[in-house]
Amino acid sequence: MSVPTAIDPVEAVKKAFPQAVEDVVEYGGETTLVLNPDYVPAVAKYLRDTPGLIYNFLSDISAVDYYPDYNRPGRFGVSYHLLSMLYKRRLRLKVYLPEDEPVVETVTGVWPGANWPEREVMDMMGVDFKGHPDKRRILMPEDWQGHPHRRDYPLGYEMPMFSFNVDEIIKHKPRAKE
Amino acid sequence: MALQTAGNSEQMSEWQGSLDELKGLVSERAITGETMLLNMGPHHPSTHGVLRLLLELDGEEVVSCLPDVGYLHTGIEKTIESKSYEKGVTLTDRIDYLSPMSNNMAYCMAVEKLVGLEVPKRAQIMRVICMELTRINSHLVWLGTHAIDMGAMSVLLYAFRERERVLQMFEMLSGQRLMGSYIRPGGVWRDFPEAFLPALESFLEYFPPRIDEYERLLTNNPLWIDRTQGVGVIEPEKALAWGMTGPSLRGSGVAWDLRKSMPYSSYDEFDFNVPVGEHGDVYDRFYIRILELRESVKILKQAIQKLPAKGPFRSEDRKFVPPPRSELGQSMEAVIHHFKLWTEGFSAPDQEVYSAIESPRGEVGVYIHGTGGNKPRRVHFKTPSFMHISAMPLMSQGHLIADLVAIIGSVDIVLGDCDR
Repeated sequence: MSVPTAIDPVEAVKKAFPQAVEDVVEYGGETTLVLNPDYVPAVAKYLRDTPGLIYNFLSDISAVDYYPDYNRPGRFGVSYHLLSMLYKRRLRLKVYLPEDEPVVETVTGVWPGANWPEREVMDMMGVDFKGHPDKRRILMPEDWQGHPHRRDYPLGYEMPMFSFNVDEIIKHKPRAKE
Repeated sequence: MALQTAGNSEQMSEWQGSLDELKGLVSERAITGETMLLNMGPHHPSTHGVLRLLLELDGEEVVSCLPDVGYLHTGIEKTIESKSYEKGVTLTDRIDYLSPMSNNMAYCMAVEKLVGLEVPKRAQIMRVICMELTRINSHLVWLGTHAIDMGAMSVLLYAFRERERVLQMFEMLSGQRLMGSYIRPGGVWRDFPEAFLPALESFLEYFPPRIDEYERLLTNNPLWIDRTQGVGVIEPEKALAWGMTGPSLRGSGVAWDLRKSMPYSSYDEFDFNVPVGEHGDVYDRFYIRILELRESVKILKQAIQKLPAKGPFRSEDRKFVPPPRSELGQSMEAVIHHFKLWTEGFSAPDQEVYSAIESPRGEVGVYIHGTGGNKPRRVHFKTPSFMHISAMPLMSQGHLIADLVAIIGSVDIVLGDCDR
């Protein structure tokens, strides 16, 4: 069985979806394709199924918060790390999402394994994935307020307890609700 | 979530909670009380930590299985954002506490990629030795606990006997048995102590006959075969679609090993095989790990041969790697570098990288986004256990609870790895 020769993913996506590609970044031997958020599932499906690309494996979905002073198109960046096992190469898809409405369509229809990584991003970063089948929190308790991986979410700490401040600390300790 | 067993109608009438949240996640029969909902874990010996499975049972048969994770969430990714790059290494150990060196390696490789730091040849081979020892360590814990889950008590004792020698070698390297943080950005923390290589060589002599022992206990054991063959089957297409990696993916017949396919740290110079199963069941996943133990021994033997006798064990780029102590008395430059690296740390550009390695469990990927300063904006760990637990419902449907225990053991989950 002959394997179709590998084609350049950037050129292919630019040709197939002229409006989708907003930017291309090369750094450290990695290619990042910055996409218009509306096109993510369509481009993902195209990259998965087109001969010569076959990005059949979704390694990871992660999100980054550019708060407070970002010079980027949006506050949140969601990255999809794709892997082509046939051609042994990786590609990153990236979308920038605005602060007031961070929504992008889910890719669980393309890779079912995106389910949990997307849930994690929803839970920790507060980015919504439209059409996701299971929007419960995954790592934090379900009654948790806020999204811990946002940059404006404070990193908590615990006061060391000594005999002189033990009463003060116990007074402020969170207790299980009745 | 108010979840209780809804076994018979009498209990149902007393119980005030609602199952509305679970609509769409469990079948309609569970909502009406026809099938039973049962919590397995988070405190259950066979869940290897604090995994909670919400099982929908028809008799003893699993109709559906909803894993619930997060009990071991420690916020490592958040904490790392407040540390300099070098200090982040110590946190990576705690993610997957059975293969700390693999996590060190994944993180350090990502940092090196972000700042463009080269690792000397000798350090690369030293890292290979550490990672393969970690693989043996992790597989031994897996073997012992997997066997004890299934009722084979003695394997645990033998596996831990050999693991003890690996841990002693880790102690020689870093002073720590478990969380060594030995691999650092730019190389490793320090050179191998004199006693290390002889200890490693004698371990490599001692270990292969021990693998034969484990195999005598399990591989052809009819009880073991009955419990494992044909259980928890996952087809290769599904395994790929659900993001499974490592031995769990290779058990389904997909020959994908990052050490072979996308080599890093000089793995391309080593001669080793990637064992691949064909049925995708618990037995294949078990046997692949046994074969991987033998391959690790093979790699370690070659690594001792390949290890250059002389050469730096970490990069000499003083912008990223502190100078050796001996230079501090003679060179003002060294003092400046030392002070700067241990107070402020080095800076990385405002860029993002993703770098992945093959840990004992599968692909550990690290995504780092720099800020231009000395602390990362975001570090994200893609961990194999997280993906494997998400695929657990597929493997467990239609099996008995006793088989579920075998399935959990066979994908080798570590909850610290899953919850981070």
